[in-house]
Amino acid sequence: MAVDTEPSSEQSGHRADSLGTPLPRGVAGRARPARGGEFWWWLFMRVSGIVLLFLAVGHVLIMHLGGSGVERVNFGFVATRWQSPLWRTWDWLLLSLAILHGINGLRVITLDYVRRPGVRLTINGFFTIVGLVLFALGTIVVVTFDPSKWPGVIK
Amino acid sequence: MADRQTRRRDEGYGRLYRGSREGQWSWVLHRVTGVVVILFLFAHVLDTAVVGWGPAAYDRVVSIYKNPVVQFLEWILVAAVLYHAFNGVRIMIVDFWPRAARRHRELSYGTIGVFVAVMIWVSIVMLPRVFR
Ligand code: HEM
Repeated sequence: MAVDTEPSSEQSGHRADSLGTPLPRGVAGRARPARGGEFWWWLFMRVSGIVLLFLAVGHVLIMHLGGSGVERVNFGFVATRWQSPLWRTWDWLLLSLAILHGINGLRVITLDYVRRPGVRLTINGFFTIVGLVLFALGTIVVVTFDPSKWPGVIK
Repeated sequence: MADRQTRRRDEGYGRLYRGSREGQWSWVLHRVTGVVVILFLFAHVLDTAVVGWGPAAYDRVVSIYKNPVVQFLEWILVAAVLYHAFNGVRIMIVDFWPRAARRHRELSYGTIGVFVAVMIWVSIVMLPRVFR
């Protein structure tokens, strides 16, 4: 993930403050950066948001609201569920997109509140590493999980 | 609306959005819920990864989620995800459909309405588990 950039200073047709930071008009979130990496991250947040709408809300409906919710979740439940490549793929996609979307979200927030470049780089570098480690760990587990190592758990 | 925007803090950072009044609160909540969910996700990837260590380890870890206090926090988490999701849709509608930007206020109240309606159902399903 790109760790650091100056806040986007371009926004055609919008007024800007003394630092060239655009003021929001006619938007309900971050103003659309005109070009460059920040534009692509702006677009990514929206595209991943649409996908997460299905993956994350679906996950909440199934795991937290359906049946008895988390009450029924245990090793056997996960092992049975992950018999299906559909759920493994679903969970892996949710993992990847939520980490990218969430950590880029944190980066966007530091653009607003942390002005000192060194501090910002440190914070963003930290979260980037946390994200990479968790992504690697989650990927290894969801890909290599093999319940036949523990016979009898799948009914 | 325009004069609200000029009443922003102008120290140069901490530019706190400043749209309409409704838009402002929706924006703050979007930010807070996004942070809450990503922080929870860090813990959740770790607890789920324990499944790779077998039934004894995993069942011990997920037993945490069966505690009533944690189930109340779970209700808050579900609320955060749903608010963020619905408000995210509102953000995208305004971004990609300029005419909707003239209906900021209605869209904001509409989003809150949908959220509250869904939360009533979520509460009926989840809260009895807390107070069981
Ligand atoms: C469920 C579907 C979701 C939708 C529709 C959605 C939508 C969005 C959108 C459109 C933005 C950009 C806001 C802006 O540019 O002002 C955003 C920001 C953000 N999202 Fe999500 N998101 C979803 C799920 C998630 C999840 C699962 C997480 C956490 C892992 C998350 C964390 C964040 C964070 C931290 C931000 C930055 C907030 C800010 O800049 O104020 N989102 N989301």
